[in-house]
Amino acid sequence: MTTTPLAPGAGLTRVPLAVTPLTRKDFTSDQEVRWCPGCGDYAVLATFQGLMPQLGIKKENTVIVSGIGCSSRFPYYVDSYGMHSIHGRAPAIATGIAMAREDLAVWVVTGDGDALSIGGNHLIHALRRNVNITVMLFNNRIYGLTKGQYSPTSEQGKLTKSSPAGSVDSPFNPVSLALGAEASFVARTVDSHRAHLTEVLTAAISHRGAALVEIYQNCPIFNDGAFDGLKGPDSGLIPLRHGEPIRFGPDGGLGIVRGADGSLRPAAVDEVGLENVLVHDAHRDDPGLAFELSRLTDTGTILSAPIGIFRDVERPSYDDLARAQVSVAPDPARRLAELQGLITGPDTWTV
Amino acid sequence: MTDITTLDHVVIRFAGDSGDGMQLTGSRFTHETAVAGNDFSTLPNFPAEIRAPAGTVAGVSSFQLHFANFDIRTPGDAPDVLVAMNPAALRANIGDLVRGGTIIADSADFTARNLAKVGYASDPLTDGSLDSYHVHAFDLTGQTIAAVAELGLGRKDAVRTRNFYALGLLNWMYDRPVEGTLEFLAHKFAGNPAVRDANTAAVKAGYAFGETTELFATRYRIAPAPVPPGTYRQISGNRALGYGLMAGAARSGLPLFLGAYPITPASDVLHILSNTKQHGVTTFQAEDEIAAVGAALGASFAGQLGVTVTSGPGMALKSETIGLAVMLELPLVVVDVQRAGPSTGMPTKTEQADLTQALFGRHGEAPVPVIAAASPADCFDAAFEAARIAVTYRTPVILLSDGYLANGAEPWQIPDLATLPSIDPGFATSPNGPDGSFLPYARDEKLARAWAVPGTPGLQHRVGGLEKADGTGAISYDPANHERMVRLRAAKVAGIASDVPPAEADDPTGAARVLVVGWGSTYGPIAAAARRVRLNSREVATLHLRHLNPLPSNLGEVLRRYDRVVVPEMNLGQLAMVLRATYLVDAQSYSRVRGLPISVAEFAADLETIIDEESQR
Repeated sequence: MTTTPLAPGAGLTRVPLAVTPLTRKDFTSDQEVRWCPGCGDYAVLATFQGLMPQLGIKKENTVIVSGIGCSSRFPYYVDSYGMHSIHGRAPAIATGIAMAREDLAVWVVTGDGDALSIGGNHLIHALRRNVNITVMLFNNRIYGLTKGQYSPTSEQGKLTKSSPAGSVDSPFNPVSLALGAEASFVARTVDSHRAHLTEVLTAAISHRGAALVEIYQNCPIFNDGAFDGLKGPDSGLIPLRHGEPIRFGPDGGLGIVRGADGSLRPAAVDEVGLENVLVHDAHRDDPGLAFELSRLTDTGTILSAPIGIFRDVERPSYDDLARAQVSVAPDPARRLAELQGLITGPDTWTV
Repeated sequence: MTDITTLDHVVIRFAGDSGDGMQLTGSRFTHETAVAGNDFSTLPNFPAEIRAPAGTVAGVSSFQLHFANFDIRTPGDAPDVLVAMNPAALRANIGDLVRGGTIIADSADFTARNLAKVGYASDPLTDGSLDSYHVHAFDLTGQTIAAVAELGLGRKDAVRTRNFYALGLLNWMYDRPVEGTLEFLAHKFAGNPAVRDANTAAVKAGYAFGETTELFATRYRIAPAPVPPGTYRQISGNRALGYGLMAGAARSGLPLFLGAYPITPASDVLHILSNTKQHGVTTFQAEDEIAAVGAALGASFAGQLGVTVTSGPGMALKSETIGLAVMLELPLVVVDVQRAGPSTGMPTKTEQADLTQALFGRHGEAPVPVIAAASPADCFDAAFEAARIAVTYRTPVILLSDGYLANGAEPWQIPDLATLPSIDPGFATSPNGPDGSFLPYARDEKLARAWAVPGTPGLQHRVGGLEKADGTGAISYDPANHERMVRLRAAKVAGIASDVPPAEADDPTGAARVLVVGWGSTYGPIAAAARRVRLNSREVATLHLRHLNPLPSNLGEVLRRYDRVVVPEMNLGQLAMVLRATYLVDAQSYSRVRGLPISVAEFAADLETIIDEESQR
C-alpha cells in the first residue's frame, strides 16, 4: 500500500501531488481567450496559471466552477476539469463537488453580479458552512456581459443604461458580507498587483474551508478606472499583514489607530507613535476587528481600501464533517448484502 | 353469543385528535393484518397544522386501512368502520363513511363543550342523526382508566393509553391475535415499564371488553389473500423510493448523493436517506431548492449519483439546473413528490398535475426522461429505473411520485438485490479522440456521451451551459452544429424507448372496446374500478404507463386497437393531451382534482356508463 504524499497547506492535504513538476503551459487550454482588450481578467488568469504549478498538485485534480458573467469564462481557459454553470449557482455546485471528493482543489470563479446579486444566497451559505472551496470574486462594480448595468457593488448614484438618473441602490461591501457570513478566510486583492494576487490566492487555496478573495478588477469598457484611486504611492491602499502594524501611504507614514470614540481611523504615525498603530491579527477568532477594518473601504468612489488577508482562522470544514458521517463497505457484494439487510428491516412475514 | 361473519374486504378509519395516537394505532393494526395474511393498503391523513387546537376539526388526524382476502390496490374510498375518539373526528369523517357503516365512538369525549366546539347543537350519538349507521358508543376513556387504575399512572397518562384500548377491541372484532402488539409495546417502552404495562393492560382490556360485552353482535373474519410466496414487509412510498435510489446507486457502483430542501410531502425521503449514511449515502440539506439540485449535479460531475427530491414548487425552482444537466449530459435523478397546486396549494393533499411541468417545463429544447411510480411499493422499482436510465444515458431523469403514494403503505415482496440488473456508468479512462485527445461529447451506441470524472489524468475538459460543439464539447455558435446537437439530445432520450418494455394492455378476454390508460398513482383506483366493472360482466382493458417520456414505442398501435380511450388523471387532462397530440387518438380525459385519489366507486360507475354507451354505438 502506498501513501500519497501530501501537499503543503491543509486546504490541499488530500489532493495528490504531480509526479513531475508542471508549468504555466500545463494550465493553459487550447481555447482562445476572448475578454476585451485591457480587461483585468487577463491579469488574474495569467497570475492563476503562474501560481497553479507552484502548488505542486496534479492538474487533473483541479476543478474550476464558474457562474455566468465575463469572469465566468475563466474555466474554459485553464486546462483542468471545469464547469461553466448557471448564473449565481457556482457555490452550490462546487459544494456538491467538494462534498463528493476530498481529492480535488475546488475553485469558484464569480463576479459581483453573479456572487452578490443572483447568487447571494449560495455564497453566504457556502461561507457559513465552511465548504472547502476557494472563491475568486472578480469585482468590477458593473454588469459587463450584459453591457453595463449597475451592480450590487456599484456606488450609489451610478449612471448606467439602467440608471440614467443615477442608481439608488446602496452597495455591498463583499468583505464585510463574507465576514458577516462567518467565513473563515476573507481577503482582498487587486488585479494589477501580481505579487499580491499570487500571495493571497495561494494562501486562500491552502486554507482548509471556505475562502473568499475579492479581486478589484478593472472593466475598461463599462467602468474604466473604477480602482484608479488606489494607484500610486499616495493611494489609500491599506496593506494588511498578519503580525505587523497597519501602515500605508507614502513611506508608510499613515497608520490605523483606535480613536478616542472607539472607532478605527487613519492617523500620522509620527503624531500618534508606532506603538499606537493597530497590529493586524488575521487569526483572531472574533471577526469583529476584521469587520471594522473592512469598513475602512470607501463605498462611493474608492480612494481608500484595505487589501490582504482580513481573516484566516481554523474551523472544521463542512465537507470533512459530512464525509466523516458517511461510510460504505468497500466490497460491492458486501455493500449489496448490507443494503439487503436494511431494506428487509425488522418487521417481515413470509408467505 | 357472537356470530362470526366472513368478509372479503373491510376499510377501517381510525380518527382522533393529533395527539390521540391514531397513526400508531393504525400502523399496529396494519401489522396484525399483514401477519394474518391479508392484502392491505393504508393511507394516513394528517392536519397541515403541526399542533392544531385540540378537539377542532382542523386538528383531526386519521389513518385508513383497507384489508382483504384478495389483491387490493387502494386504501379504499369510503370506510366501513369509523373509530372516532371525539366529536371533531366524527364531524370530519362521517361524510365518508358508507351508509350502514359502523361507528365506534368514545362517548366520554362527547361533552357539551366538545360538541359545541365543532358545531354540533346536540349529541349525534343520541339524537338519532346517526340512525342509518351502527353506532357503538361507550365510555372508552373511563374503561381505559379503570383498566390501568392499579398501575398508578396519573389520569392524563392513563387516558393516553385509550388508543391501545381501542386497538385491543378492534383486534377482537376482526379476530386478530394481540401478541404482536404486546411484543411491540415491550420493545418500544422497554425503558419505561409504567407506560409499557399500562398500554399492555389497555390492549388486553379492550380485547376482553369485546369478548364480554354484548354491545357487538358480530365479529368478522377476512381470509388470507393469495399472494406469491416470499418474504414481505410493509413499506411506504417515500421509503421504497429512497431504497430504490440506494439500490440504483449500489448496482451502479456509485456513491449516492442527495441534495434536498425540506418540502411536504417529499421530506421523508431526505429523512430516510439521512439515516442510511453507512450505506454510502451523503445527504445535503441545502439552503434552497436551487442549491439542492445544484449540489446534486456537482456530485454527479464528480462521479457520484446525484439526486434531488422535492415537490411542485421546488420543481419550478430547479428547472434551470435541470436544463443545465440536459446540456452537460450528466446523470441526475430529480424526484417530484407531487402535491395539489398551483403555488402552495394544498401541501398535504395529493395531485398529479406536474406532468406537463416534468415533460416540458424548461426553456429551450430540453428533453428529459420522465418516469412515474404506480403504488407505494412500486416506488422502489420506479426509482431504480430512474437511476438506471440516468446513469446509462448520462441524462437527468424526472421521477414522479405523489402525496398519496408517499405516505401510503402496502405489503412489499422484498426483492433480492443481487438479481437486479447491474448498471454501467461507463466512465471514460483513456483518450477517445485523434492524437490522444479527449472528446467529452463523443457518444456510445446509445448516444450517451463519454463521462470522465475529475482526477482522471489526460481527460481534463470543460463543460457548461453554452452550446457544445459535437464531439469536442468546445463552445460553438455554429448554426448547423446547434441543430445537430438539439436533435442528438432529443434522439438520445427518444432512443430510450427501445430499452423499455412495450406497452401491454390488460384485457383479460381480448374483447374490450374501451381502454383505460393511466399513469402514476391512479393505478390503484383504475385497477380496482376495472375489477368491479368486470365483476359486473363488462369488458374493459387497462394500460398503465411507467414511462411518460419517451412513451413506449408501440403505444400508438395499442391505443388504436380500442374504440374508446379514457384517461383518468388527478389533473385537467395532461396525459390525455399528450396522447392526443402524439398519436392523433381521441383520448378522453376523466379528470378529478379534489386533492384526493380518484374514487373507485365513482369511477367504476362512470366507466360502466361509458362501456354501455360504447356497446350501443
